Amino acid sequence: MGKQKVLVIGSGPIVIGQSAEFDYSGTQCCRALREEGTEVVLVNSNPATIQTDKDTADIVYIEPLTADVLEKIIEREKPDAIIATMGGQTGLNLAMELHHKGILKKHDVKFLGTDAEAIETAESRERFNRLMEKIKVPILPGAVVKDIQSAERFAGSNGYPVIIRPSFTLGGTGGGTAYDKEELRKIMELALRLSATGEALVEKSVIGWGEFEYEVVRDSFGNAAIICNMENIDPMGVHTGESIVVAPSQTLSDRDHQTLRDASLKIVHAIGIQGGCNVQLAMNQETGEFVVIEVNPRLSRSSALASKATGYPIARVATKIALGHSLPKIKNAITCTSAAFEPALDYAVVKIPRWPFDKFPKTSRTIGTQMKSTGEVMAIGRTFQEALNKAIRSLETKIPKSIEPDEHLFPPTDLRIFALLEALRRGRTTEELHQRTKINRWFLRRLEAMVRLEKRISQEKMTKELMLEAKRSGFSDPQIASFTRSDEASVRQLRKSFGVLPTYKIVDSCAGEFAALTPYYYSTYEHENEAIALEGRKIIVLGSGPIRIGQGIEFDYCCSQAAFALREMGLKSIMINNNPETVSTDFDSSDRLYFEPLTFEDVMNIVDNEKPEGVIVQLGGQTSINLAEPLHNAGTRVLGTPIDGIDIAEDRERFRELANKLGILQPQNGTATNEEEALEAASHIGYPVVVRPSYVIAGRAMEIVRSDEELRRYINEAVEVSQKRPVLIDKYIDNAIECEVDAVSDGQNVFIGGLMEHIEPAGVHSGDANIVLPSIRLSDTERKELVDYTEKISKSLGVVGLVNIQYVVRNGTVYILEANPRASRTVPFVSKAIGIPITKIAVRAMLGEKLPRFRPRVTHFAVKSVVFPFLKLLGTDIRLGPEMRSTGETMGIGKSFEMAYYKALLAAGIRLENGKKHSAFISLRDEDKKDMPELVKLLKKLGFTIYGTMGTVGSVEGAIAVPKIGKGRPDALELIESGEVTLVINSPRHGGAANTDGFRMRRASILSGIPCITNVSTAQELLKAMLELREKELDIRRVEEYAG
Amino acid sequence: MKAVLALGDGTILHGLGFGAEAEQVGELVFNTSMMGYQEALTDPSYGGQILLMTYPLIGNYGINPTDHESGLIHARGFVVRELSADAEHRDSGLTADSFLKEHGIPGIHGIDTRFLVRHIREKGVMPAIIAASKNDSAIDPKKLLAKLASPDSFNYSKTDFVSLASTKHVRVFGEGGKKRVAMIDYGAKMGIVRELVARGCEVHLLPCHSTAEEVKAVGPDGILLSNGPGDPAILKDAHSIIRALGGYKPMFGICLGHQLIGHAFGGDTYKLKFGHRGSNHAVLDVKSGRSFVTTQNHGFAVGKIPEGFELTQVNANDTSVEGMRNDAKGIFSVQYHPEASPGPHDTRFLFDEFVKMM
Repeated sequence: MGKQKVLVIGSGPIVIGQSAEFDYSGTQCCRALREEGTEVVLVNSNPATIQTDKDTADIVYIEPLTADVLEKIIEREKPDAIIATMGGQTGLNLAMELHHKGILKKHDVKFLGTDAEAIETAESRERFNRLMEKIKVPILPGAVVKDIQSAERFAGSNGYPVIIRPSFTLGGTGGGTAYDKEELRKIMELALRLSATGEALVEKSVIGWGEFEYEVVRDSFGNAAIICNMENIDPMGVHTGESIVVAPSQTLSDRDHQTLRDASLKIVHAIGIQGGCNVQLAMNQETGEFVVIEVNPRLSRSSALASKATGYPIARVATKIALGHSLPKIKNAITCTSAAFEPALDYAVVKIPRWPFDKFPKTSRTIGTQMKSTGEVMAIGRTFQEALNKAIRSLETKIPKSIEPDEHLFPPTDLRIFALLEALRRGRTTEELHQRTKINRWFLRRLEAMVRLEKRISQEKMTKELMLEAKRSGFSDPQIASFTRSDEASVRQLRKSFGVLPTYKIVDSCAGEFAALTPYYYSTYEHENEAIALEGRKIIVLGSGPIRIGQGIEFDYCCSQAAFALREMGLKSIMINNNPETVSTDFDSSDRLYFEPLTFEDVMNIVDNEKPEGVIVQLGGQTSINLAEPLHNAGTRVLGTPIDGIDIAEDRERFRELANKLGILQPQNGTATNEEEALEAASHIGYPVVVRPSYVIAGRAMEIVRSDEELRRYINEAVEVSQKRPVLIDKYIDNAIECEVDAVSDGQNVFIGGLMEHIEPAGVHSGDANIVLPSIRLSDTERKELVDYTEKISKSLGVVGLVNIQYVVRNGTVYILEANPRASRTVPFVSKAIGIPITKIAVRAMLGEKLPRFRPRVTHFAVKSVVFPFLKLLGTDIRLGPEMRSTGETMGIGKSFEMAYYKALLAAGIRLENGKKHSAFISLRDEDKKDMPELVKLLKKLGFTIYGTMGTVGSVEGAIAVPKIGKGRPDALELIESGEVTLVINSPRHGGAANTDGFRMRRASILSGIPCITNVSTAQELLKAMLELREKELDIRRVEEYAG
Repeated sequence: MKAVLALGDGTILHGLGFGAEAEQVGELVFNTSMMGYQEALTDPSYGGQILLMTYPLIGNYGINPTDHESGLIHARGFVVRELSADAEHRDSGLTADSFLKEHGIPGIHGIDTRFLVRHIREKGVMPAIIAASKNDSAIDPKKLLAKLASPDSFNYSKTDFVSLASTKHVRVFGEGGKKRVAMIDYGAKMGIVRELVARGCEVHLLPCHSTAEEVKAVGPDGILLSNGPGDPAILKDAHSIIRALGGYKPMFGICLGHQLIGHAFGGDTYKLKFGHRGSNHAVLDVKSGRSFVTTQNHGFAVGKIPEGFELTQVNANDTSVEGMRNDAKGIFSVQYHPEASPGPHDTRFLFDEFVKMM
């Protein structure tokens, strides 16, 4: 018998509810499989994943995750088996689709680990409920319904509130809690539309009960263990992904815990799990009554959290189980003891979600049964307060200065934790807050203790004892400084003079019972420091913290690669990060992991402890680059581009001087500190202009403004403007091509990784744009000029390591927009496109090695596309602009641009299969109407039926004009909702409000699951690609088959 | 309140006191259960020991009237990282602090318990002294160390903790049950009694010094040898009584009971460096290859298995003896605690087996 070949399905682009955790589980799975001599075929459309590196899997496909594509891969690779449980709900649903279509059977592909039968039982509410009745595990009264009337009947007889959950959706999308009939109708309409099966579950609400999760592993012999139990601080009614979670549970007695443990084990045995499983339970802590809410028969966000919280690698163990090993025979990689035990923690872990409301100000901040968060942070401490405070500062969110508690307590918002603290500061009692929020009093009393300590710090004389108490409760130096009206440096100095220094403890899965080999640490203020400085040459890599819009998995990819590169160079890597979902925080990604907040204090403490040769700050996005200067000032060697170079790149005036000196054009620009100055600058520059606050991440609060009126509104409403916080105003270059270059420099030479071109015209944020490599519209002269400029800028800034430079090109003139001397979002995409890991080259450059001499040659096309969270964050318009909105990216590769582009969009969920009958609804703003003839030509060639508003299609032959909303029947909205239309092309007017017709149409198409394209160029290129591919099969290949 | 913990090797830690203002000597041991501190405190097997919980946040859900494993706190002192001042649970009657106070047991918190665990792991369990007092100056660490050093102060392995923990007169539970179990109380956890009663047994809990005749006089269908504190090697009387009862009726030994069976039939025991105490220990069934998560609390283990006995289960980590049986004599025993309390219920089926044998 030859090598066993196994197909592993990834989870595709990062979306809300499905984040970096599946790169973590998938990567661990691939490694565990290969350890056993299994050949791994990995499929994922997300290039920013370690699992798609050729070092991780034997055979890599970066292709759209659809059943058709997977069937082609199965035909080509003939795998023996498939693992369905590593790629989140996406991977699981796909494997089940392949199973139901008979594709697996046809090609004789078996399930490895938890099989189709078990998955079906866990996922189908009816089967699951029947099984629970059989094994006598209590469930919530509920009914699976196919229509609104049945839901109403259920609620009528069981009473409101009820929870509605559409079947087979991700992160609770489309679900909600209905307190009355009207809300029920509203939620049900959406739920039925979104459910893959047209079904939704209506359940009696147990809002306010305690919510608990049990992470279980079980092998095929029936051995099982609970790896971690976790308690949601936010009681039932808030999705577990939206809750602040603590591990282990804090308020359960052993009797309670064993009750829930028994139920969890009973369930996994009855379902027949072979691998990992997540069980969610609710307990009425007033009575002890409990119910099981649901199970996830796969690796999950919670399993990643549990792995990081305990040190127990669930995905690795689940993979070994899938291969047929028994749990006791599998070694706990940390302690070399058996994996059949249950981890014991000697610390508390707190997880807090990271929400994107700073990017989506129009979306309601209320949190509930549907996920809205994009990422999360985790922190570890020896007390609950310590873990909580560390987690809060890991979030890197601005805590509002003034907060009105009652606006956030119930229904809860993302700011509830701050509202609770504020309420306690104002003297509200824990009992009152418990009645209001149902949060367990134990947690509220811990918050009360925090507030009491705050008060003592601000009122008493600071002593060594008080300082130690403050640090043991997790207060940071800056926090203490604010309570004592001092500054961080003084507090730090005072603290050191007291001898109050952090100690580091190991996360060892066994509470110290066995000697641990893991190099996984957290800080606390105790007696013994277990982190004796690593010997030999060592480098610290700063991670990127929680996944948020603008700072996603791409940066974690770079940090992980840096750790691997250092290992390859024979150096030791020390990782600092606080995101439990990631590969970088896997215990064996680096030589040492510090699970810590990424603030100056926390990082500097580690620097003091380890005394590394240098710190790499350019790979973790804004989070890490922001620490460059303070670390440098504190005497730490920052590797790579010098601080001054970073400053020139970030300082507008200095950068303008540099561009002038180098003779590189910039769009005309200016700064303003008030409305008057802004209007003057704009009139000087000439509209349209791009406005934004200085020093921003991923284009926060950036807008294109076309008139004095719009500019006034922006200055007065959108941003805070002051002498210290000027607004930047740039000429917006219309109808231009936006390009960017990712390059590496060693200080002398420059290695061009990739020259990319945006498909959309300039003005769409580079994180949201569809991007192609190599460029397709630029002339050779223009390309040469871009390369030349990149070299000049890099040298002048003294770039050592990565740099990303953005340009616009119009009519042969190249303008530079900005230079970022750090890893960009496109680094993984470029690395995958050219087949060269440019991060590794950058790390070598930072450590003094010379660049490789060759130039990458690309003979195929790679396109990056993006996915948006609009469905989860209703109320936000889906128009694109200079502010980034997307959560994740996909990559399409092809021998032609069209093929690559089509695949990238297909992977991003724009499903317009060729050969099907399509109809499009078009409504364009006036300035785009010039593109109508071209659009119509393409649509007609493809056989589309064309609908549209009178203003857009009135003069188009053969097109059907539809009345405006409310001006006839069926109107535009009804037509979209009817499902008659398969594509909506709608370009929004500038600066429109949220209740316009266009907004309602876009929203309707999102809710109906119809692709809605808001940019005419995007649409034209898609149609061209469809036309080009009309006669062709999708070309699916291994990544390396595209080269050459 | 202030408190000091001094160890036999001279290590001294200063912390905050709770529970009773008192001074106690005992063997310092650690337990890795994250919940179940109430059951542990009242577990007679902790007689003569100072109990350290490795989980740092203790007392969160208070003390309830139902989860006691005996009527007393048997541990001599309690060491935790942070004691919850308040208790939050529907069943909670009082805080851990008041509970210790009621029973005259001192506690210390605010100290680096993980450091102590690693210290014990490296050096082995050792005698320690815990002193808690409202009067800070009343505690003199040097005097504490001197007390520990004096030869007659404390010798864990020489002390008969069993006699102290055992019932003084026969107690009957589950009266009228279908099967009658004579349970010799070496310091039994009530959890064992509860499991037997739940299976329809009438349990006669007998003093540890009961003779074979006194045991037989109960007219039992089976004999259960309970858990208990201390070194099994010194309980010579128990060895001979058990030997005399061998083959008389089905016999089930738990923890100390299991070790005593070892001694009674010609095997031996040895002291582990720092014991197994927690709710997460994996045990392997030799024949089936199955694994179970078990509750453990023992500082000694069976070394040589007596002749006629077969090894049935081993510890998945250090392969120490976890279970043995002698079918000819109808004896089986386990080192761990199938009654759990606290801990997982995975091996409760052993009680079913015992009932079936009777």
